[in-house]
Amino acid sequence: MEQFIVEMRNITKRFPGIIANANVTLQLKKGEIHALLGENGAGKSTLMSVLFGFYQPEEGEIFVRGEKVDIKSPNIAYELGIGMVHQHFQLIDNFTVVENIILGDEPGGILIDYDKARKQVKELSLQYGLGVDPDSKIEDISVGMQQRVEILKVLYRKAEIIILDEPTAVLTPQEIDELIGIMKNFAAEGKSVILITHKLKEIIASADRVTVLRQGKYIGTVNVKDTTEGELAELMVGREVNFDVDKAPAQPGEDVMVIKDLWVKDQRKLDALKGLNLHLRRGEILGIAGVDGNGQQELVEAVTGLRKVEKGDIILQGKSIINDSIRERITKGIAYIPEDRQRRALVMDFRLDENIVLKTYENEPLSHGLLLDEVEIKKKGKRIIDEFDVRSSEGIDTIVRNMSGGNQQKAIIGREVDLDPLVMVASQPSRGLDVGAIEYVHKRLVELRDQGKAVLLVSFELDEIMSVSDRINVIYQGRITGDVLPEETTVQELGLMMSGSKEVTLA
Amino acid sequence: MLKKRSHLTLSLIAILLSFVVASVVMLISGISPLSFFLSLIRTMTGMNLRAIGKEGFFNARYLGEFIQMAMPIILTGLSVGFAFRTGLFNIGAEGQVIMGSVGAVAVGILFKLPFYIHLPLAIFVAALCGALWGWIPGYFKAKFGVHEVVVTIMMNYTALYLGNFIIKALPGSDNQKTVKLAATSLLHSKFLRQLTGNSRLHWGFIVVIIALFVYHFIIEKTTFGYELRAVGFNKDAAEYGGIKVSSRIAYSMAIAGAFAGLAGAMLTLGTFDYGRVIGTFENYGFDGIAVALLGGNTAFGIFFGGLLFGGLKSSQTLMQASGIPLEIAIIVSALIILFVAMKNGIDLVFEWMDARKRSKDESH
Repeated sequence: MEQFIVEMRNITKRFPGIIANANVTLQLKKGEIHALLGENGAGKSTLMSVLFGFYQPEEGEIFVRGEKVDIKSPNIAYELGIGMVHQHFQLIDNFTVVENIILGDEPGGILIDYDKARKQVKELSLQYGLGVDPDSKIEDISVGMQQRVEILKVLYRKAEIIILDEPTAVLTPQEIDELIGIMKNFAAEGKSVILITHKLKEIIASADRVTVLRQGKYIGTVNVKDTTEGELAELMVGREVNFDVDKAPAQPGEDVMVIKDLWVKDQRKLDALKGLNLHLRRGEILGIAGVDGNGQQELVEAVTGLRKVEKGDIILQGKSIINDSIRERITKGIAYIPEDRQRRALVMDFRLDENIVLKTYENEPLSHGLLLDEVEIKKKGKRIIDEFDVRSSEGIDTIVRNMSGGNQQKAIIGREVDLDPLVMVASQPSRGLDVGAIEYVHKRLVELRDQGKAVLLVSFELDEIMSVSDRINVIYQGRITGDVLPEETTVQELGLMMSGSKEVTLA
Repeated sequence: MLKKRSHLTLSLIAILLSFVVASVVMLISGISPLSFFLSLIRTMTGMNLRAIGKEGFFNARYLGEFIQMAMPIILTGLSVGFAFRTGLFNIGAEGQVIMGSVGAVAVGILFKLPFYIHLPLAIFVAALCGALWGWIPGYFKAKFGVHEVVVTIMMNYTALYLGNFIIKALPGSDNQKTVKLAATSLLHSKFLRQLTGNSRLHWGFIVVIIALFVYHFIIEKTTFGYELRAVGFNKDAAEYGGIKVSSRIAYSMAIAGAFAGLAGAMLTLGTFDYGRVIGTFENYGFDGIAVALLGGNTAFGIFFGGLLFGGLKSSQTLMQASGIPLEIAIIVSALIILFVAMKNGIDLVFEWMDARKRSKDESH
């Protein structure tokens, strides 16, 4: 029999009301990249939490290097050489990279031996080509770099088995390629990687084998070289998946929003938008393509009123809106699906219905003067969750924190679409969602367009930009460097424009 | 998703644990825990369990004094709780209480009015002074991003010395206190006093009850309360929803200050009938922090939390009479806070016990 470095046999883990893992088996070989595929809520994270010692399974056995083990806590997991990089980073912003890495495992006695730690971190970073500066503060480095710090944390603790939980969700296309390179380095050095993901392309590009889970059940394990994206999608979702966005050609009308010579500063008071111009027409989806950090965030926040405009103008239906408050812009027809839904779009400790009225609670009939009308609020909440198929355990009374990401996003889309806006600003609307939910989001955006609304779609995923947009603007260093039609361009050309090597404007 | 144990259960457990630990402390220091609990019960119910069926079993005076003591603490609890709901930490209730008292005293001394105008005016001015003292740090936070904890702590001292200065400057004051306030401005009640064996109980409890309802109403039923809660939970999402976050912060602190100002009115118009020069803080505001924490920032919870802390504070005299040092009551208060703060830990212990029980059940 083949020797596995980790073998989880017949794991069952129950939570009150649900079975998160039912009789799941996972076999990890030494030196392989093993993908764990499944939609949100399929039980991937639960299974890995069992392996990492956060949860104890009710049934099943775990073997590490052939020996049966009882992983009661993450400390024991570390002793067994198992390390996990979480989706949500656990870093201290105003500590340096080294300080974060050694936290909880400081070298030296009473006094911390920083020199030794720094040397070790540097060596590890060099060995695996991570390129991390040990003395930078976390708050000063990019998200991609922060992730590498998390990886270094795991390496520093001498992990042989590295679990990466949805590592590409926060990365740009380039960073994803680099991460795949890093994972391959690990495998080459004899380390084993478990990659939790629902992105099929990345699995094809990086993994050796893939184990698929669906609704807590083990579906199967396949060799990546013997399979295709379509086959994996079918295993994951349980039905055939259509990757193409179903849409008729756009029928764009007149300009509804025009942005002229827009200058906006970022958090650090540096110019993020430097004279940006664009126009958005009725009945079209305008995709903004670009690498993260080229002013997308600032553009979106300037339009929605969350960020001050230094110079230039934003004109909605012939009238400038730059001096309007956020609420006034909402009333005038600007809806917004933010990239960071948990921080920006939702009050996580509010009930679902309270979140659904976040922008409209002051309007009749949801309130009368100063008084909230709870009956009307609940009515509206029910209507939205029916209309937009938002699923949760306790309906409108569910605390949003307890809902899945996909359903949170459906609730946000429901709230924003129900505003009946002129312009829908959608910033990375499919981030962190599973295939089914992404299809849903795209369908809703196309529907809005077909109703004659304008959609401004910001995304870092070129596939999404290419398949959903009717027209594409490329943003580079705070300016639009390309205005092209998706059917007349290629990913390669977009890539050139995204890096500033080429400029194209539509006649 | 695991269901969180309710705040009520955890608070009760925290209280129970603090009693247990305090009993151990008392046993070690040779004090009878029984006398402690009997004194506490006697303070909070008026009943002397040592004299069941005998004369002197029930003494309403204890009850009256206890309620009188709990009133300002409930109000400062509401003050701190209100700010907490907006995500603000109002350490300044202490200073707001002082400014409220001073405002009430000034109205009581300087005006000659019929009682139906004089008393409401004095209460209103007390709330207004407290509100002003709360609004200033709120405004600083909203406008300049200065942390409210820093400003409110400084304003506590400002209130202490400014308050004493004003008290001494009022006509007829000496170095200790002002002249008596006009009777038309007082909450005193001959009826309540007689009913409770000549305690200092006064009409203020009506103000407290109204305040509790107003608190609940604003927070749960109004658009303003909705905005405050949204800001308290997630400022970024509130801003995204179009809520004017800074103005809500300033208003929230002002309303919190008004509740504390009312506590000041309870003291000067109810418990006493003159303004006092105070040497140091009397901790009403700080008790309010504890009460809000214990009560989970709801009107209902703060009411019961305020009663408990009022009971502990008011039982100190009785305890001293039976040879229990007053520090014991302070230890109990501190332990309650400690255990409430540890509620996540307590929750974990329970989860662990549940899990053990389940695995035992399954193995059978």
